[in-house]
Formats: sequence, C-alpha cells, structure tokens
Amino acid sequence: MNALELKDVRKSFGKSEIIRGANLTVAKGERVAVIGPNGAGKSTLFNLVSGRFGISSGDICLNGNSISGLKPYEINRLGLSRSFQISNLFVNLSVYENLRCAVLWAMGYRYSFWQRLNGLRDAHERAEQVLEQIGLQRQRKVLAGVLTYAEQRALEIGITIAGGADVILLDEPTAGMSRSESDAAVELIRKVTVGKSLVMVEHDMSVVFGLADKIAVLVYGEVIACDTPANIRSNAAVQAAYLGQEVHA
Amino acid sequence: MRLTFTPLNLARYLVWSGFALILIVAPLIFSKGAALSILSQIGTVMIFGLSYNMLLGQGGMLSFGHAVYSGLGAFFAIHAMNSSGIGASVPTTLIPLVGGFAGMAFGVLFGYVTTKKSGTTFAMITLGLVELVFASSLMFPSFFGGEGGITTNRVRGDALFGISYGPQIQVYYLIAFWLFISTIAMFAFTQTPLGRMINAVRDNPERVEFIGYNTQWVRYLTLILSAFFAGISGGLGAINFEIVSAENVSAIRSGAVLLFVFIGGISFFFGPLLGAIVGVFFSVMLSDFTPAWQLYLGLFFVLLVRYAPAGLASLILMLLRVKSFGLFHRIWKPLLAVCAVSLVGFAGFLAGIEMLYHLTLEAANGSIMTRFGQQIDVKAAAPWLVVAGLLAAGIVGYRRVQPGYYAVWSEVNAEIAAKQRGSAA
Repeated sequence: MNALELKDVRKSFGKSEIIRGANLTVAKGERVAVIGPNGAGKSTLFNLVSGRFGISSGDICLNGNSISGLKPYEINRLGLSRSFQISNLFVNLSVYENLRCAVLWAMGYRYSFWQRLNGLRDAHERAEQVLEQIGLQRQRKVLAGVLTYAEQRALEIGITIAGGADVILLDEPTAGMSRSESDAAVELIRKVTVGKSLVMVEHDMSVVFGLADKIAVLVYGEVIACDTPANIRSNAAVQAAYLGQEVHA
Repeated sequence: MRLTFTPLNLARYLVWSGFALILIVAPLIFSKGAALSILSQIGTVMIFGLSYNMLLGQGGMLSFGHAVYSGLGAFFAIHAMNSSGIGASVPTTLIPLVGGFAGMAFGVLFGYVTTKKSGTTFAMITLGLVELVFASSLMFPSFFGGEGGITTNRVRGDALFGISYGPQIQVYYLIAFWLFISTIAMFAFTQTPLGRMINAVRDNPERVEFIGYNTQWVRYLTLILSAFFAGISGGLGAINFEIVSAENVSAIRSGAVLLFVFIGGISFFFGPLLGAIVGVFFSVMLSDFTPAWQLYLGLFFVLLVRYAPAGLASLILMLLRVKSFGLFHRIWKPLLAVCAVSLVGFAGFLAGIEMLYHLTLEAANGSIMTRFGQQIDVKAAAPWLVVAGLLAAGIVGYRRVQPGYYAVWSEVNAEIAAKQRGSAA
C-alpha cells in the first residue's frame, strides 16, 4: 500500500485548468521532491493534497483511503501534515506554545477545557522533544512573530512534524535561505522525517538531490516524470521542460 | 513542568488571595451613599467584560451582540425568581446559575450560526443577531415585559443565616462571590487545551486547520462557555436591579461592553476588570453629574486608542516594567509634569464643555450653572476667559514638557530592551 497516491487529479480555477491529470505515487518511507518550472502547479498540488482546495476530478488516496473532499483537519487527523511556503505560525504565541498547540490534537486532548494544559506531561515532553530537534530551545519563550527568518522556517517544520503525522508535505522549506542555513535545514529535514514519507516542493537542486529518493517533475499541471535522481538527470523530456538546460546537481 | 511549590505558584496564590481580599474590604472602604450600588454594578460588569474578552481578546472574535447572552440570561433569571413553579425552589444565591445556563443554551443555539465564520462576517452576524433579539423582545411582551420590562423582588423565600438579600451589602457579597468564582474559572479556561487553541485560532485560523482542529468548533465551544459567564452576570444584574428590560439585550449594551473591555485592554486577562471600573465610573457616576458624560467617555476612548491602544492594563504594565528595572526615578518627574499640564488643559476643556452644554441644553433654566457649589454665569465673559486661559496654558505647557518626557521614556525603554536582550542571550 502506498502512503500517497494521486490518480488523474485535475483542478480548474474558472476556465483555466491548473492541474491537468496529475499522477503520483509515494511509497511508504519514500522521500519525493516535486520540481518544475514556475507556474507548473506545485503549490496548487500541495493545496489539493492537504485539503486546502477541493479537486475538480480524479482521486487522492492516503494510506489507501480516499481523502478527496475531506477538510484539512480531517486529512491531518488521518496522518498527513504540511508546511507552508510562507511561514504560517501563531505569531503571538511563544515558540514552545506553537509546538504544544501542534501536538494537542494528535495526543487526544482535542477540545478539552477540563484539563490543565501545564499538567499534560506527554504534550509537554513531545513539544520539548521537537524544540530540541529544530534547535530552538533558546528561543522557547520568544514570540513566533519576532523570530529570524531561518528560525521561523525551522519552527514551520517543527509545527508540521510535531503531531507525528507519517506523511509530511514540505512546501519550499529552504526558500530564501543562505547556503549554510539551507544545509542546516536539509539536515533537520532528514532527521525529523526518518521513517516517514516525505513530499517536498523545492527549487534548490542541491537540496533536491541531497534529500530525495525520487524526483517528480511537474510541468503545466502534469507529472511528466517521476524517477530516481540519476534517471531524472538524464531524462530528455525533463531537460526539454527546463528549456534545454541540463539539470545541475 | 513539575507540579511543585514554585515561586510562580506562590505568586499566583498571592494574587488570588489579594483579589479576594480587595473584594471583601472594598465595601468597608467605599461605604458612603451609592458606593455599594456602584461596587455591585462594577462586579457584574467585570464578569460580563471578562466573558466578552474570551471572545475578543483570546479568540479575536469581535462580537457586537454579546448582550444577547447576558440579557437573555437575565430574563430567565428574573422569571425563575418570579416563578411559583420549579424556579421558586432555586435559592437566590444560585439564581445566577439559572442566568448562566440560559446564556449557555442560547450560546449553543446562536453560536452555531455566528461562529461558522470569523472576522468581519462574524461581527456582522452578531450585529444582526442582537437586532433580531432586541426586536423580538418587543414582539413577545409576555416574556420580555414590553417597554416596561419585568420586575421582581429579590427578597424571596426564607432568609438563610439571616441572608435575605434585602440589604445591598448582601447583594454586593453575592456578586463578589460569583465574580471571584467566575474570574478563577475564566482564568483557568485560558490554561486549558481549548483555551490555548482559541489563541491559536485568533493568531492564525488557517494553520489551526492543518494541525487537526476544526476552527469553527474551537470558536463555537469558546462562545458557549463565554455565554455561560455572560448569563451569570445577567442573572446577578437581575438580582441587583430587580428589573430586566429590552435594553439588557440591546446593541447599546453590547457596544458598551466592547468599549469597556477595549479601554481595559483586550490582550490582558485582567484588562476587563479595569475596563469595568472605568466604564461604570463614566456611565453610572459621571452620568449622574453631567449630561456630557458620553462625550467624555468617547473622548477618553479616542485618546486611549490613539496613545495606548493596548488599553489601561498596558499603561500600568509598562510603568511596572520601568519600576521593576529600577528606572522609575528617571521618569517620574517628567511624567508628573506631563500629567500636571494635561490636567490644566483638561480642566479648561471640561469647564468649556460644561458651559457649552448649559448654554445649549439648559438654556431654559437661565444662564447660571452650578458646579461644585460654585455658581457660574455662562453668558459672562470672565468664565470663558478662564477657560481659554486654562486651555492655552495646558497646550503650551504640554508642548514644552512633552518632548522631554518622550525622550526620557524612549531612552528608558531602549535600556530595558537592551537589558532584556542581554539576559535572554
């Protein structure tokens, strides 16, 4: 059974069809990078999979069950979590509180107003664990809104993985980062997605080739190729899509 | 976190004990004339304000119709008091709970509709709702009592331990008791998973949907709980005034609580407590004294939003922060100077407004105005010259001392920020 499967997924906004019959399979534990030229529909694809937008036709399956038409929170409860291209945090809450919020549902506390938050030892420990993983222990009390850009990106990933989802979608996790920051981010992503299935949109080819088991190339709303990095590099159709340029590692 | 006796817990314990102590001794200090009645009103407005801030401050939900819940709670409470059936068996002490559960029930009913959306849509729907309930209050006179409202007698049943709720002091302590319980309960709410998630929904509803929460449910459940406490304040108001009318469910009442809570400071849990004191001061005490009280309230609100948008609570906390860093000695002199010249200017402004009001609204009563036992002829030139002089002195003085104060204030705060950064690193 595959972690994630997109079957002939289509999405139109008005008359323009943005996703035009995309097919993609992500096996359990696999790391797939989605690349493609600007406007290919990478972010739209993520929005469809995570339930932010509904699909026009086709089907999306998570662990073998269809999730088309479900709300984002329903999809999240089934074990899929995503990050955002532009950091999407709880800006007036501290780093620690951001992470604790992100673990509450998964730990079964739901809408509880009869339990003391500070008494929930397991939520606290999980939040601490993620805090350590993303290396923000020193900023734990800082409001998320005043973190540096790289710290916000790290917290973005932290919130995404905190709930323990086994399918992780990362939308341009290293966008706007310096080389050293992005190297650190790759290490972080590698560390926090061990044993999980990962799909990520990424422009930085060194990140893509450093992390991905497979690369899916999205061009004009279609996945024109999905293969190992080595095969993608030598794929003629991919090179044509990138305007005849060779894909550099 | 360890559940040990840390200084933080001790501080919290002290704060709550202090709050209880203030509630207990307040009527002993303010015992003259209408003071007891005013304290009682402040108590009910405090509960109402705190419940409103569960929506606005904690959930980012700008409601224009919160009086629906307190008002309907008040109507159910007063009918329970008047009832010869099942309501008669509820002792007056527990009547606020009748209001609370009624408010909650309407929260369940109306909240389902209003909380479907957030932001402007939520605000508009609550505005529609309060108009709807207000209109129906005049359509169903048997329940709402029409124009006259429903009256009651809070002295009912046998007095237990001599508590009949006849004397105002007993009503005050009933209100203080429920205020204390409600404040603790509402504070406890902020320390629960739902209480934290409503903060998250306030900050970023979209992201909340991607960590497993249905934002509508978070808002809905919070609103139901908030409506419960609003209903308690309504029930206490019914006991205190012994009358409930359509005004209790009006947009005016809803707007007032928004204004008061904003004045107090929506981003602080205790902000509405300050807001209630100021609000009752303006709407109850000042309104006895001058017809221009609404103008003053409006002006106060505008000045506050302009110069301290985070409310009175933020002003106090900023001063306390300066104090805690031991820098108060540097700001108190310029601060005092600014306050003094502002006071001079305000005195002139207030005198001018009062005279204008007298000249226009009370023209039929002649030109002699009596304030503080002084008789002033508003048609004579001298009082107006004094007004102009005070205003001018105030403005000139302010322009002279304000830059100095501003410089010191900025300097001190920059130092504090630097120290905080130093200790964080």
